[in-house]
Amino acid sequence: MSIPIEMPKLSDTMTQGTLVRWCKQVGDKIEAGDVIAEVETDKATMEMEAFDDGTLGAIYVEAGQPASVGQKIALLLEEGESLEDAAAAGGAGGPSKSKSGAKATEGAAAPAASGGAPAPAPAPVVNAQGGRIKASPLARKIAASRGIDLSRIAGTGPGGRIGKEDVLSSQPTATLQAVAGALSPITAAPAMPAGPGDQRIPLSGMRRVIADRLLLSKTTLPHFYLNLEIDSEPLARRRAEINASAEATGTGKVTVNDFVLKASVAALVKVPKVNAAFAGDAIIEYSAVNLAVAVAVDDGLVTPVIRNAQKKSLREISEAVKDLAGRARNKKLKPEEYQNGTFTVSNLGAYGIESFSAIINPPQAAILSVGTIVKKPVVNAAGEIVAGQRMSIGLSCDHRVVDGAIGAEFLKELRNLLENPTLLLF
Amino acid sequence: MNYDLIVIGGGPAGYVGAIRAAQLGKKVACIEKERAGGTCLNWGCIPTKSLLRNAELYQLMAGRAAEFGMKFDNLSFDWSKIIKRSRDVSDKNAGGIEFLFKKNKIDYIRGEADIDKPGSVKVRLADGKEETHTAEKILVATGCLPRPMPGLPFNGKTVISSKEAMILPERPESMVIIGAGAIGMEFGYFYNAFGTKVTIVEMLPNLLPVEDTEVSQTVEKAYKKQGITALTNTKVAKAEATDKGVRITVEGAKSETIEADVALVAIGVQPLLPTGSLKFELTERGYLKTNERYETSIPGVYAAGDIIGPPWLAHVASYEAIQAVEGMFTEAKPKKVTTFPGCTYCQPQVASVGLTERAAKEKGLKYKIGKFPFMASGKARAIGEIEGFVKILIGEPNGEILGAHIVGPEATELIAELGLAITLEATYEEIEATIHAHPTLSEAVHEATGAAFGHAIHI
Repeated sequence: MSIPIEMPKLSDTMTQGTLVRWCKQVGDKIEAGDVIAEVETDKATMEMEAFDDGTLGAIYVEAGQPASVGQKIALLLEEGESLEDAAAAGGAGGPSKSKSGAKATEGAAAPAASGGAPAPAPAPVVNAQGGRIKASPLARKIAASRGIDLSRIAGTGPGGRIGKEDVLSSQPTATLQAVAGALSPITAAPAMPAGPGDQRIPLSGMRRVIADRLLLSKTTLPHFYLNLEIDSEPLARRRAEINASAEATGTGKVTVNDFVLKASVAALVKVPKVNAAFAGDAIIEYSAVNLAVAVAVDDGLVTPVIRNAQKKSLREISEAVKDLAGRARNKKLKPEEYQNGTFTVSNLGAYGIESFSAIINPPQAAILSVGTIVKKPVVNAAGEIVAGQRMSIGLSCDHRVVDGAIGAEFLKELRNLLENPTLLLF
Repeated sequence: MNYDLIVIGGGPAGYVGAIRAAQLGKKVACIEKERAGGTCLNWGCIPTKSLLRNAELYQLMAGRAAEFGMKFDNLSFDWSKIIKRSRDVSDKNAGGIEFLFKKNKIDYIRGEADIDKPGSVKVRLADGKEETHTAEKILVATGCLPRPMPGLPFNGKTVISSKEAMILPERPESMVIIGAGAIGMEFGYFYNAFGTKVTIVEMLPNLLPVEDTEVSQTVEKAYKKQGITALTNTKVAKAEATDKGVRITVEGAKSETIEADVALVAIGVQPLLPTGSLKFELTERGYLKTNERYETSIPGVYAAGDIIGPPWLAHVASYEAIQAVEGMFTEAKPKKVTTFPGCTYCQPQVASVGLTERAAKEKGLKYKIGKFPFMASGKARAIGEIEGFVKILIGEPNGEILGAHIVGPEATELIAELGLAITLEATYEEIEATIHAHPTLSEAVHEATGAAFGHAIHI
């Protein structure tokens, strides 16, 4: 007797879930406890396990598609039973039974059941918060041909549907697509199968986006890297003063990173060639600085965007980033709050990292990598070795847009601002 | 009375706008000086479709009976009943609109409206009384009237507009039609089908000059076969009404003087501007100028339909009115008309949406053409209507539908699919991937799409 598998209710508020991926294909043998699919709810991505043994007879909801709670999404066939038998018995086409053939476990902690790698499922289209992307066929084609990620576009059509104009008015990343096809073999390179005690962690929508975009970026954008060390002593001193008065007046404290963000914005205004994108047959220099800030969240990272940052004071930037980062961690960002950044700052100083070189977040032309403040012996103006405070900053540039001299000019400007932080207060 | 919205004009813009506002819970009045339904329902789209149906049937029976294995002895027609059927259709529809007004609790006021100041409308009622109503918003949907030919004013008998052409008490023996747009072409077909000697004069190089040139050429051939004289690239040099009819001198490939019982002037329309002391800003062509929210130069006074300029089409007018009203009373941002179908109900029928091949070339677009003749369609053969084709312009490299042109059986019904495709930004692949029922004329759309890529099966 066949058993219908229904979309489980995985949280109190859940009314529908998106089938991120089928881990099993039609015809696969299934044992109770096997992970058969991943489901993205409003809260999290979860794995769905089978309750019974059998063979996956049919899949009714394709990967990437949503299904309502209780909707039949697949059919489990008993040993020796065929789909025709099931149909004859009323199993396949009949009303769904209350008993569900699968349960879900939260997170990715469940051990993978078999060593066999599942056949690659069609990649679902997910935006950073999950869910199906509504887009016109033409918009999909244009986006594909230009390497534009639809999950980063806010649609203006009915129900947020993305149309041709939405894609054309988004930042183009020409040339990325040309290599997309060639990349598949790399992404598909087989990993050693998970053995006993290993964990097989299926990709969440977010991980998939990170994987796709950064692979494309690192393998197709001509990156080069510039590094310099700045004297962070004035910055630390100025910050201490501000925060002392902030404590007295009850206003919020500012972080070193707030200074770095404000300085980056000011430097981008001075050197607008870095606040740009490669558009295939042109380079677009943006008049507004939409500053993206890398924020680590569970299972990945997001880059919320401070819009028109060139119009904001140090204090306003500080408050904006606090608000955005908080909501990013709670998955509460609206799409327009993480789209259309023009430059990104990634700061790993809090983890004690001294220096690194971040991967450019396309279609942006550059990303700033910020290290921690290190106390070290330095040679002062008088030629003496003294104790100093240093911070390492690096700029990763897309050479198609930003040449070495331009990147250097930007960093020089940035250093000047950070070493004279009073300039950032006006 | 005080209203949320007063609509001036009860045509396809006015009555539709009034109903939409009522649906949104607004208190609405619609003022109409003649009869609800406007040109479309009273003197345009609807009554002419009724006449054309008569013409199609008569043409089929009189001209093609033998082909279908039928015989009619002494086949004849009753002209007055043909006209009466058309008027009955119109009357029934007009009644339908008054019912819709009642159903939506719209005050239907018969009279002429003057706007003397924003937010206030003075109505001269049919019985001579005057009353003044106020409203937060006013929608002007006064429409257009037929445009007279300079030097050849309408006289209602020998020099007529489309309005008289649909109620001529007797069928004229001969008719000159000036202008080969949809109106001229439809009446040309109609009168010719009943035996009137028809001459169509058009200044531009083709009949239906706004349509795709290939379509126009197909219709020209068909008209010639039906016995209609079509003089394109031809100007009217001199025109006069005589005792017996009209005498018109034309200049084209050759100059000649044509005498006919009646001249139908179908050279376009002119705006029927709202009356009253309020002065509106006008477009270069004399229509009410509106902004992106359909608001005129007077705040609170909006306009939609023919009165804001071409295309003068009922379905465009209704769309504009809905957009204007939703913009007034909801959060929605009104949209302007970009893509709309155009239909001409002559035989063979003509329908199009989107760009013509001429326009695509002018814009320098890259495109592929997919074309499928009805001659290769099983259904078209079965019903004996093999004239014409479906032609689709497909953009490259993305495969979007830039335009579609159909000439032939039920073209006007077939065009909807392609309008939807353009609105949804479907590409040729979605049309190809859609199973079209067999046997239908719509298969020709499917095949034309495939033909652009060598996928058509039946050619």
